[in-house]
Amino acid sequence: MLRLTNVSKTFNPGTPDEKKALKNVSLTVEDGDFATIIGSNGAGKSTLFNCIAGSFFIDEGRVELDNQDITYVPDFKRAVQIGRLFQDPMKGTAPRMTIEENLALAYLRASKARNKIFSRVTKQQRQEFREKLSVLEMGLEDRMKQPVGLLSGGQRQALTLLMATVYSPKILLLDEHTAALDPATAEKVLALTKTIVEEDHLACLMITHNMHSALELGNRTLMMDSGRIVLDIKGDQREGMTVDGLLQLFNAGTGKDLDNDRILFSK
Amino acid sequence: MSSLISMSVITSALELGVIYSLVALALFLSFSILNIADLSTDGCFTLGCAVGVQVALMGHPILALFASMAAGICSGYVMAFLQTKLGVESILAGIIVNTGLYTINLAVMGFSSNVTLLKTDTIFSLTKGFLGKEYYKLITAAVIVVIMCVLMVWFMGTRMGLSIRATGDNEDMVRASSINPSMTITVGLCISGALTALSGSLIGQYQKTCDINLGTGMVTIALASLIIGETLIGKKTMVRRVFGVIFGSCLYRFLIALALKFHIPAECLKLVSAVIVAIAIASPTIRKKIAFRKNKRNAIAAVKGGRN
Repeated sequence: MLRLTNVSKTFNPGTPDEKKALKNVSLTVEDGDFATIIGSNGAGKSTLFNCIAGSFFIDEGRVELDNQDITYVPDFKRAVQIGRLFQDPMKGTAPRMTIEENLALAYLRASKARNKIFSRVTKQQRQEFREKLSVLEMGLEDRMKQPVGLLSGGQRQALTLLMATVYSPKILLLDEHTAALDPATAEKVLALTKTIVEEDHLACLMITHNMHSALELGNRTLMMDSGRIVLDIKGDQREGMTVDGLLQLFNAGTGKDLDNDRILFSK
Repeated sequence: MSSLISMSVITSALELGVIYSLVALALFLSFSILNIADLSTDGCFTLGCAVGVQVALMGHPILALFASMAAGICSGYVMAFLQTKLGVESILAGIIVNTGLYTINLAVMGFSSNVTLLKTDTIFSLTKGFLGKEYYKLITAAVIVVIMCVLMVWFMGTRMGLSIRATGDNEDMVRASSINPSMTITVGLCISGALTALSGSLIGQYQKTCDINLGTGMVTIALASLIIGETLIGKKTMVRRVFGVIFGSCLYRFLIALALKFHIPAECLKLVSAVIVAIAIASPTIRKKIAFRKNKRNAIAAVKGGRN
């Protein structure tokens, strides 16, 4: 369970460029929750993720994961429990290392071996990698010795997803992870995301600009605007929701006319 | 031709090539893998030599190797500390450490610019007894280098090794894999320092002397060896890459030995090595350009041929 309490973050405070990226945001995500997040550019979605993952420290408030205060825990320590995917498929893998080595790194992260520093991937684990890769149906299991730099964006993103979840994290952060992919690949990666999240019963937050998938995927939808969560729907209210209904709610919630911003969401 | 490349020339070129290849191996780790230009190499090499010669003078030629490595680790650690904890740019950190090491090296040598190892045992004189008279130096150096190479290849497959490799490749990914990149950079630079200093230690005992300016230009030479190896042997697998480093270092020493055989005066040697280094580093680009021209010429010829 992830809990944010009154989290605020201001960039460049005290300068003309001051930007209040998050204003008193409170949010609780239960285990098994799959929440989609929508909002126009600059609404604070990515900043929210950065605060959760620890890319920077927040100005005010508290971040708790499973009742543990992680507000001042550095990002690499949080990463044991937090999996994250970025929009840029290049960010999640090491291009000059082979598929196998990339997976090994993700796998050894989770290994409970006593002699952790010098532990190596065993033959049996290699077989496991093959099986996991074959689930992707991208033929990667036969290319284990090739550097990841040779893979396409979609293949790299699928591999990153696998690496982030090879050891179940407490929460998975997906930052528009299909936005840079072609529609067919995006669909495949989304379907894969759904399977993994459901199978491992993960808590998951997903940023998207696609309002349809925002309503379709998961069990909860959050909408952000200028550093605030302006809308949080789940259950029955979400079941009957349409894209137009969502837009209306958004207008009511922010007192702004979204029509100008509408192009930022693809219907 | 036979007088040009005599057996003794080959042997001594191989000896030097093998010993210096440890510096190239160090740069392989810091430059090729971690993507850090470590300019403290020159000072670190002299440090290894100075420490090694001093300890050997006390009568412990084998301990000298380990002492040098420990000194190299310290040097690497300072370099990493400046870079990861204090935010100093890697090139600046290298220059700073290098400058500081000059004084430290002088201090290790008892504030004299030259220390000699006459009449004392060296690691080479110890093995002379049972390795024969001709190749004992080469065999001793080769055994040490092979041990280091095997350790390096093994290490690169471990969790720590993979983490270090990923750090140079994609730091974001390393953070996301819950590894502290500051830690991997520190470990990498310490190992790199240890290898550089070990090479210095061996050279000190090989030449039976240590000079304060011994390490000058070492980083360029090692870089050249590294790139010659990567260009000629390729960088497909870790074993190939490590072998390439050794091969490149030996080839470089051959070229220098050849230059000497052509009666190029010793004063011009630096210029010769600079030219070799420049050619080695430029060769991948030159090869690409030649291939492009060939393609272009063929394509144009094909179009013209089609018209006729």
